Formats: sequence, structure tokens, C-alpha cells
Amino acid sequence: MVNINEVLETNQMIEKENLDVRTITLGISLLDCADNNLDRLNEKIYNKITTVAKDLVKTGCDIEKEFGIPIVNKRISVTPIALVGASACKCPEDFVTIAKTLDRAAAQVGVNFIGGYSALVSKGMTKADENLIRSIPQALSETNMVCSSVNLGSTKTGLDMDAIRLMGNIILEAAELTKENDSIGCAKLVVFCNAPDDNPFMAGAFHGVTEADAIINVGVSGPGVVKKALESIHGEDFEVLCETIKKTAFKITRVGQLVAKEASERLGVPFGIIDLSLAPTPAIGDSIADIFEEMGLERAGAPGTTAALAMLNDQVKKGGVMASSYVGGLSGAFIPVSEDQGMIRAVTDGALTLEKLEAMTCVCSVGLDMIAIPGDTSATTISGIIADEMAIGMINQKTTAVRIIPVAGKTVGETVEFGGLLGYAPIMPVNGFGCADFINRKGRIPAPIHSFKN
Amino acid sequence: MKKTIITVVGKDSVGIIAKVCTYLADNKVNILDISQTITGGYLNMMMVADISGSDKDFAEISDDFAELGDNIGCVIKMQREEIFDKMHRI
Repeated sequence: MVNINEVLETNQMIEKENLDVRTITLGISLLDCADNNLDRLNEKIYNKITTVAKDLVKTGCDIEKEFGIPIVNKRISVTPIALVGASACKCPEDFVTIAKTLDRAAAQVGVNFIGGYSALVSKGMTKADENLIRSIPQALSETNMVCSSVNLGSTKTGLDMDAIRLMGNIILEAAELTKENDSIGCAKLVVFCNAPDDNPFMAGAFHGVTEADAIINVGVSGPGVVKKALESIHGEDFEVLCETIKKTAFKITRVGQLVAKEASERLGVPFGIIDLSLAPTPAIGDSIADIFEEMGLERAGAPGTTAALAMLNDQVKKGGVMASSYVGGLSGAFIPVSEDQGMIRAVTDGALTLEKLEAMTCVCSVGLDMIAIPGDTSATTISGIIADEMAIGMINQKTTAVRIIPVAGKTVGETVEFGGLLGYAPIMPVNGFGCADFINRKGRIPAPIHSFKN
Repeated sequence: MKKTIITVVGKDSVGIIAKVCTYLADNKVNILDISQTITGGYLNMMMVADISGSDKDFAEISDDFAELGDNIGCVIKMQREEIFDKMHRI
């Protein structure tokens, strides 16, 4: 039987160290909604989502209450809309009607985000893919809860440089259309290399075509719990450090597994995966950067940060894998700048640069995340940043992503406020040398060779 | 059997356990185990209880405890046992 110390430890994690289940994400396939009539398509999409997800939020709240663990977000991911809308949508505006339908359905069932306004173009774009991509700025500016993602490359296919070039413009356009709100449209848009089909986290969640009709994926969190555990072994050697992270990750993940199984049973929807992630929030004490400082780095970004992150990420996986029957999604430590108090401090103090962040993404999930840059950054430079990050993913056979916000009308030295979980961020400087002639070349970067690893 | 863990945390004073136990008796909740520690004048009490005999459901009892806790100056929580079991047992 459980003893009082275990009970107090668990409750201390929840009450004082911000342990929570970050998200229950219900993946819903919309492939069976496909229709060549746009109105009928929208109606079918609305009906399917509001039927399959009607009990999602209530179930999440019930579980929250019974186990005493906060479940911060209840969300939905759907089949990439470029596929679902391909036969009905003849222009970008047609796709925007689907975005509005998704938004309406999300509001009806009470979730806080719906992901899957997406296109998978790792090798090339169909006309529908391109129309969807071109509709993203308008779709994000005219909806509240819709999140969009585009997969621009993979290890198997190489990088679609035409799509990467296009995305530079799309991101700028999304920033411009939402400039009244500090370009928040870009916070709901992420581009990937090797995008996973079962990611429960926004903005990149979509329900992959390899998935079942509906599935429950759960994302766990708990940087505060790891930090607290490391405080208790201050100054110990790496073996103790790693063991402590592993044990803590195990405990965190077990809670996620319990919640996922329970939600799956109550909703009658199969359990998909647990995403083993340390996801920070802007709350004090819920920071990945604070973990680095506890490990012995003066600030995130100091020499040694990449090694510390690699170790942290690996131990989280080693502890988490044992705790869950199925693991997937992005699984790793997230390093979003605006959503992490310690990362914001590191940027403000000049310890953390865009280039160091890029290096860090080589060893963690996921990529350049929630980074505010000057609004006058050129489209080709944004595409260059994306291409670099995608190349890291392609060569290293991992998921990488870019969620970058060129804040319209603002520049280095200013701050942007996104509010809520998205936090706030100081605007970071971008390398001013151009890459236009490279980005403006047409075509693809071929898939890499998987031998001669150096 | 529907096992739950009830925790009472707060400044120690006369009658806390009595009030909690009275509520449990009135609502036909059976106590299986009780343990407690008092450090620095603060009470940490844990009960393992079975609520399957109660006429009230989990959410109602949980809400009642929140209210009772406010009245006696403690935080009273009821959680299903599995969260502790899963976290601390392989």
C-alpha cells in the first residue's frame, strides 16, 4: 500500500513544482470527410469533430479532479487539411473556409487549440498543398484556435527548397496580418523536417495518415520537478545526476501513462502514445534553463549548454521509456524561448544567441521555437534559417522545427507579449548577411547518404 | 472497493481529525488506514478510504472536502490511489 511519504512527494510535485499533464490530444482522421463539394466537406468535418470529441473536455476535467493532477490543455489534431480539402478547394480562400470550420468545431467542444491545418510537402507540393500554404496567413489571422504546420523535408526525401522559399514569405505575411497582436499568427505556425504523425503538442500536432480513425496522445511535462530533484543532489557526480533525472522522468511519465489509459478507456478511443517531453511554461520554476543553471551553468547558452541538454534529453527518454507502453511524438526537452523564464533571462543577459539555440537543437527536441526576430528580417533570411534547421533534422535523422516570429514593426531591444502559455520574448538579432541567391535557386536538396558518418 | 487517498495538510489544532472522520462516518466512507506526521506545528495526515459504500459520488465528496477544509483551515484533498501507486511502484 502507498505510504504517506510517497503521497506527500507526489502532491508536492503537483502543488509546488508545477507537475502537470500538459495535454491530452485527441487525433481524429478526417479522410472519410473528403468531398468535392466545399459546403458538404465543411459540414462533414464539423459533424465528425463535434461527434468524436464531444466528451473530450469533460473527460479531461473529470480525470483531473479524481487524480488531483492538472491537465492543462485538451486539444484536437486532425488529418492534414491539404489532403482532406484537395478535391474541394480550388483556391486559398476555399481552404480558409475549412480553417473557420475547424475553429467553430473547436469552440463547440471547448478545446483550446486544434492542429492539422497542415501540408506535407517534404518532396514536392501538389496544387492543393500550395493553395493551403498560401492560405495560412489569412486562416491564422481570421481564426483563434487553429494551428498550422508544414513538413518541408525528411531524411528519406531531402529538403523541398521551393516550399522552404515559399514559407519565408508566408511567415512574414502571417506576421503582417496579425501585427495588431504582436504577430501572434506566427506563434500558431510551425515548419518541420521529419514531422511525427502522433505529436500531441501544438502548434505542430496533426493526425497522420498512418494513424487509426481516432487516437489519444498525451504530452507530459515537469521541468520544475527535475530541477527540484537536482537541487537535492547539488554538486554530485554525473552518474548521480543522470540517475536522478531518469528516476524523476519515470515518475512524471507514469502519471502521463495513467491519464492516457484512463482517458482512452472513458472515451472509447485507443491510446496512441506518450510524448516524453519536458515542456516549460512561463511560470516561475517551470523552466528548462533553470535546470541548466542547477547543473552548474551560469546561464543557458554558456559553453557546456549543448552537452548539458544532450544529457538531460537522453536521460528523460531513458527514464520515460520504461514508464510508458508506447512512446512517440517529439519526446525530448523543449527549448522555446518565450515560454521559459530562464531562457528569456539568458537572452536578455546576452548569454543565448540564435546560433547557440541552433546548436542546441542538434541534441534535443525540437527546434528553434518561439523566437522573436525583427519584423524587417527578409523572407530569404527566414527561409535560410529554416533551411539550416531542416538540414540538421535531415542529416541527423531527427525531427527539427522552426517556429519563429518576425514581429511586425518591432526590432532588437524591444519585447513582445503573447500572453498565456506562449509567454513573452525579447527580440533577438539575426545575422545580417544575406542568403538570397542561395534560397532563390529552384528545386530540392537531395536525400542524404546514410553511410560514411562523420 | 473504490480506494481513495485523503490528505489533510494544515496547521495543527484540536479536532481536525475528528471533523474529517465525522464527515466520513456520516457519508458511509470506510477508513482502511490512517497515518500522520506533525512537523513544526503542521499536520500531514493521510487516510486510505473506501468510498464504494457512500451515497455520494467522487466529485461530490471531493467538493465537500474542499469546503470542510476551508472551514477548519486545512487543505483536504481526495485522490484516487492509482496516481500514487503508478508513480512509485513498477
